[in-house]
Amino acid sequence: MKILHKGYLTGPIIGALWALVMSVTLGVAISFATGAAAKPALIGSLILGLATGFARVRITNRWAADAVAVIVALALMAVGLGALQFDDSFNFVWRVALSVVLAGAVSIPLNSILRELRFGALTRHQFEDAVIRFLTGFGYIFFTAIVVIPFYVMVMTSMKSQQQLMLNPLDFSIDLSRGWHLFDSYYELMTQFHFGRYLWTSFYVSVLTVLLTLLFSVPGAYAVARLRFRGQKVFSRGILLIYMVPMIVLALPIYIAYSMVGLRNSILGIVMIYPVTTIPVALYMLQGYFRGLPVEVEEAGLMDGLSRLKVIWKITLPLALPAMASVGLYVFMIAWNEFLLAFMLLDDPSKFTLTRGIASLNSSEIPRQHLMAGAVIATVPIMALFLGLERFMTRGLTAGAVKG
Amino acid sequence: MTDISPPKGRGALARREARLAWGLLFPTIAIVALVVIVPLLAIFWISFKPVTLGDLRPAEIRTRVALRDRGDQALLELRVINPSREQEMRNAALNVTLPEGVALTGDLPQGCAMDGQDLSCDFGTLEAGANERFRVDAQVNGDTREAERAMRDAKVTATGHVSNVLTNSTFTLDNFRQLFSGSEFWSVLGITLFYTVFGTLGALVVGLFAALLLNKSFRGQGILRGLYLFPYVAPVIAVAFTWITLFDPYSGSANALLVQMGVSEGAINFFGAKPLALIMVTVFEIWRYFPLSFLFILARMQSIDTDMYEAADMDGASPFQKFWYLSMPQLLGILSVLFLLRFIWTFNKFDDIFLLTGGNAGTRVLTVNVYEQAFAVSNIGAGAAVAVVIFACLLVFSGLFFRTMSREEGL
Repeated sequence: MKILHKGYLTGPIIGALWALVMSVTLGVAISFATGAAAKPALIGSLILGLATGFARVRITNRWAADAVAVIVALALMAVGLGALQFDDSFNFVWRVALSVVLAGAVSIPLNSILRELRFGALTRHQFEDAVIRFLTGFGYIFFTAIVVIPFYVMVMTSMKSQQQLMLNPLDFSIDLSRGWHLFDSYYELMTQFHFGRYLWTSFYVSVLTVLLTLLFSVPGAYAVARLRFRGQKVFSRGILLIYMVPMIVLALPIYIAYSMVGLRNSILGIVMIYPVTTIPVALYMLQGYFRGLPVEVEEAGLMDGLSRLKVIWKITLPLALPAMASVGLYVFMIAWNEFLLAFMLLDDPSKFTLTRGIASLNSSEIPRQHLMAGAVIATVPIMALFLGLERFMTRGLTAGAVKG
Repeated sequence: MTDISPPKGRGALARREARLAWGLLFPTIAIVALVVIVPLLAIFWISFKPVTLGDLRPAEIRTRVALRDRGDQALLELRVINPSREQEMRNAALNVTLPEGVALTGDLPQGCAMDGQDLSCDFGTLEAGANERFRVDAQVNGDTREAERAMRDAKVTATGHVSNVLTNSTFTLDNFRQLFSGSEFWSVLGITLFYTVFGTLGALVVGLFAALLLNKSFRGQGILRGLYLFPYVAPVIAVAFTWITLFDPYSGSANALLVQMGVSEGAINFFGAKPLALIMVTVFEIWRYFPLSFLFILARMQSIDTDMYEAADMDGASPFQKFWYLSMPQLLGILSVLFLLRFIWTFNKFDDIFLLTGGNAGTRVLTVNVYEQAFAVSNIGAGAAVAVVIFACLLVFSGLFFRTMSREEGL
């Protein structure tokens, strides 16, 4: 590694890697936006990156280095070695413009990645800082891409027609002239496939699950967190253990029992079983919160003559409201996303939850965009809830497994 | 010197507190016992029984009583069916009140007797799959049509007892013998281990990388953090079907992109070809669960004391040294706890693989095997046997988990 601690080596190497990242990113972005081919080329990217990286460490004026990048990119394009190889659907102006954009995308971030780097020998510090800044830039692009692309494909596919999809699976450009017909699949799902009813079922099943879960887990969590009794430790481990029992192991006997009792195909059965799957999680999360509340406040209440239950009702619960919001949101998410039990226990289309409804769309007779529209319908409410209440949500998630 | 240790034994106050605690816990214990403990015991019970899907609905006697007019002669027709194909039916009996104006003139079948208008029959034991028909000459006074309709509406009470395989005393080891003898089980176990180990490690490493990225404050940090949690928050069914659409061999964008970029020649069947499908479901697992490890690791990172880093800066430590020698030892605890937790959950995962491949193309893990045995092959006993194996593995893992947990977290 020592051998690399030279500005004239580190600069171009990081530059070349960065140029490769950027040309792939831009190529994929162009393909997903227009469906036309802009192929990233290895040789062109490496040359562009090496030149820009070299210019960055050699020339102190940042504008001059930017200019070098643009000139190299255009020259490479002119001789047919461009970092992006365009197909015929791009005219000359577009090619020039995109090459300049690529040069900027390579050069401008390199300005901050390679700052502090001199032309000659580097300290270990400077070298590692540059590598870390490169990895950081790469990381942002990588993670954003892997998260955004599937959701982008989900939304865009739901607005296409079957022929458009088969014709060019990459073309996600929206034909705005179709106007409201873009939302045809949503309209059909709502009118012909009863998704309005499924949404409602999912919603009230989830809300009931949250209420029942809190009703059972709040007293239990308080007892485990605050009260001393024999078997407390065993109990709090037992909760975790139950939390780890796989659902499929329980689903089988539940299916058998429900078949015999006649609770299959009933919302009542679903509402009875969902809270039980979430109570252990909620109990575990809530007892962590209760432990964190100051005991002194409660003791003051006890001294003033309140009974334990009054203390819980008047002091602990109001203090734990934010925690209960977190737990409630988390439980709502679990219930809303639940698939296995709904899939096994519900066969009657009039009683489907949203996830079960989407599962029924997965057949070769129903076009893909309906399936994706269903996926969007299931995802949007939970996402909206999550973004709106992100603070509670992340806290709920972190408290869900282990104290951090 | 007087003894100043706290009083020993349990006073009235402590007892009252314990009573309250059990009172508060009772509803939870009751409901969890009912829905978790009982099913777990049931699984053990069923795994030793030759139960198939068809046995779930206990066979009941089926009967039909009809009056037919054959021109000059009316007939009373009795049908008795034992729908169970394996079990004989004991004490099969039938009771029906004939409408007014209908009289039986022919010989009654064996075991039948008339009492006024009440016809009662005792068929004794019906063989498995028995379907018997008796005809008795009858005479109708008045409107025949009317009598036929009245006969159709008449209430027939029929009883018959088939012993239920779920509750009788037939036990068998066949489920387990069958499970362990086939080569399939060991391949399923291998696939499960591959999926679990690489899925868990991958999610941890990717999550650690993401946490390192976001462990500094800048504008938009909150937005990015929210964005990176999307895969975990979205419903599994939505993202699984999106991946299937994305990687479809014919109309998938991923294939189109790879062909366009010149990486591959033709369409790749990502979720249908043998070694690739397993890799893809593992990648999906990493993609979907890296947010969880990222969240925990980030929370731990932000609670590390910054003084340490300042001291290291003074001593001239380089960034990688700081990460390796300062951050990593601090993160080791959460990483090991996360590894075990994620390991157990990945081992238990069913939905993801079931939705992506349905357990085909070499991706059948133990949990999917439970479903396959119980519902696709309709052999509930065999499915329960697999579930018992899963549960045994789980006990071993949680033993490990609690040992690590008490060391790391003092739980």
